Amino acid sequence: MSRELLKGNVAIAEAALRAGMYAYFGYPITPQTELLEHLARRMPELGRVFLQAESEVAAINMVYGAACAGVRTMTSSSSPGISLMQEGLSYIAASDLPCVVVDVMRGGPGLGNILPSQADYFQVTRSAGHGDYHPIVLAPASVQEAVDLTVLAFDLADQYRHLVILAADGLIGQMMEPAELPPMRDLPAERPAYALTGAKGRPPRRIASFYLQAEAEEAYNLQIQARLARIRQNEQRSAEYFTDDAQFLVVGYGTVGRIALSAVRQLRAAGVPVGLFRPITLYPFPEARLRALAERVAGILVVEMNAGQMLEDVRLAVLERAPVHFYGRMGGAVPMPEEIVGALRQLLPTEVLS
Amino acid sequence: MQHELIFAGFGGQGIMFGGQLLAYAAMDGGYHVTWIPSYGPEMRGGTAYCTVVIADQEIGSPVVKHPGIGMIFNAPSFDKFVPMLQPNGLLVYNASLIPQQTERQDLTILPVPATERAPTPQLTNMVMLGALLTAKPILSLEALKAALEAHMPSHRRNLLEANLAALQIGVQLAEEALERL
Repeated sequence: MSRELLKGNVAIAEAALRAGMYAYFGYPITPQTELLEHLARRMPELGRVFLQAESEVAAINMVYGAACAGVRTMTSSSSPGISLMQEGLSYIAASDLPCVVVDVMRGGPGLGNILPSQADYFQVTRSAGHGDYHPIVLAPASVQEAVDLTVLAFDLADQYRHLVILAADGLIGQMMEPAELPPMRDLPAERPAYALTGAKGRPPRRIASFYLQAEAEEAYNLQIQARLARIRQNEQRSAEYFTDDAQFLVVGYGTVGRIALSAVRQLRAAGVPVGLFRPITLYPFPEARLRALAERVAGILVVEMNAGQMLEDVRLAVLERAPVHFYGRMGGAVPMPEEIVGALRQLLPTEVLS
Repeated sequence: MQHELIFAGFGGQGIMFGGQLLAYAAMDGGYHVTWIPSYGPEMRGGTAYCTVVIADQEIGSPVVKHPGIGMIFNAPSFDKFVPMLQPNGLLVYNASLIPQQTERQDLTILPVPATERAPTPQLTNMVMLGALLTAKPILSLEALKAALEAHMPSHRRNLLEANLAALQIGVQLAEEALERL
């Protein structure tokens, strides 16, 4: 297979349709607009649905409808647009419907700016809307990983009948990098058994997100929790660099994960035994592996493009096994490898440094 | 091996495509490569820049604080980016539009009258790329030409010969400039 030089946004769009996305609904917002632009051309070519909605609120509810009809469906936006979608996300989750949402995160809060950020970590991992649930959240660190995780997102969504969010940042969206696209999959010949397809000749089906009695709503909540337990059991994913003999660990995801790799390489070249742990799933957080690594390092530095959000998950995973420190940039500022090296040098015990 | 470049100038000088073309050539040569555009609240006539990293291993950071190679196309970018270049780096600059000089003594500096010698101003980028690969063959000129042929959008193919000619002008200008160094 051949590699192509692809912009992250375009790569995600093309990977989604090749994974069998039949209907896309969205609304333009920088830094993800090329995703919409690519699909505006490609989806009609394939005889599929592309619709630019009048707002993000409309787009997510159109996704809700398409998911009820049993097709692979997706929307994409950037941070303020994802905020607008919160109610729809919760309704979709509470209807056990599979769908994929792409968040190409930008600086915030508020209108913020269009530069790269990871300040949506809480927004996408904690619940994405009201109620007790978590979406599955995937965080690519390269254009190739964005392609691969887009395909995985659709598969996980169908497997668990669950909402999956691809959490990229503006840099992944805007960057061009060689990547290999997946083969074009055929659309499934049949709709799933829950799909609302018109009840002609069969008993009606029902999809709803409410149970008026506490007992029924609680029983349903327990189902969600059981599903989330399975997801936590089976789907924790992460990548590691130089962890075999690491005495100090950096933890970063997405763009920051790869910037931290440069920092770790610089220190390794100077003989300093540091390693990198890069979560690929933000929910479920890869706590099992991180906990094991925490047993044998002197300390951990979490780096994020926010004020310390994944930091909470790292602390919950690590507890008292190792001290956990933080370095972050906010508002669209991207940490440079030199900054991470500087932060590490301040933290490293002298015996590790020498 | 890792090379980090910044292409900077203003809109219309082919800054973005210049960086992309180098990225295509790097990819076709089997290297790892990243290309990042500046995409802040840009305005027409303002500064545009992109960063290219080429390496023979998985690229860590695609953002670079001190690029080793500066491809500087206009005067505002000269003031902004020349101080940021890596010690002992290479500066290729468009002398047609950049009257100022730098006080840095550690750089290899290649002034190229790119805009005035380009067949059209839009081909300034090709002259600059020809000069770059002559001064520092991080990729071969042949690889860049092949990438141009392979990846030029179909609606621009009528400009292929002019692009190749502009590359050659850059080669010649660099050879002349290198003799003067």
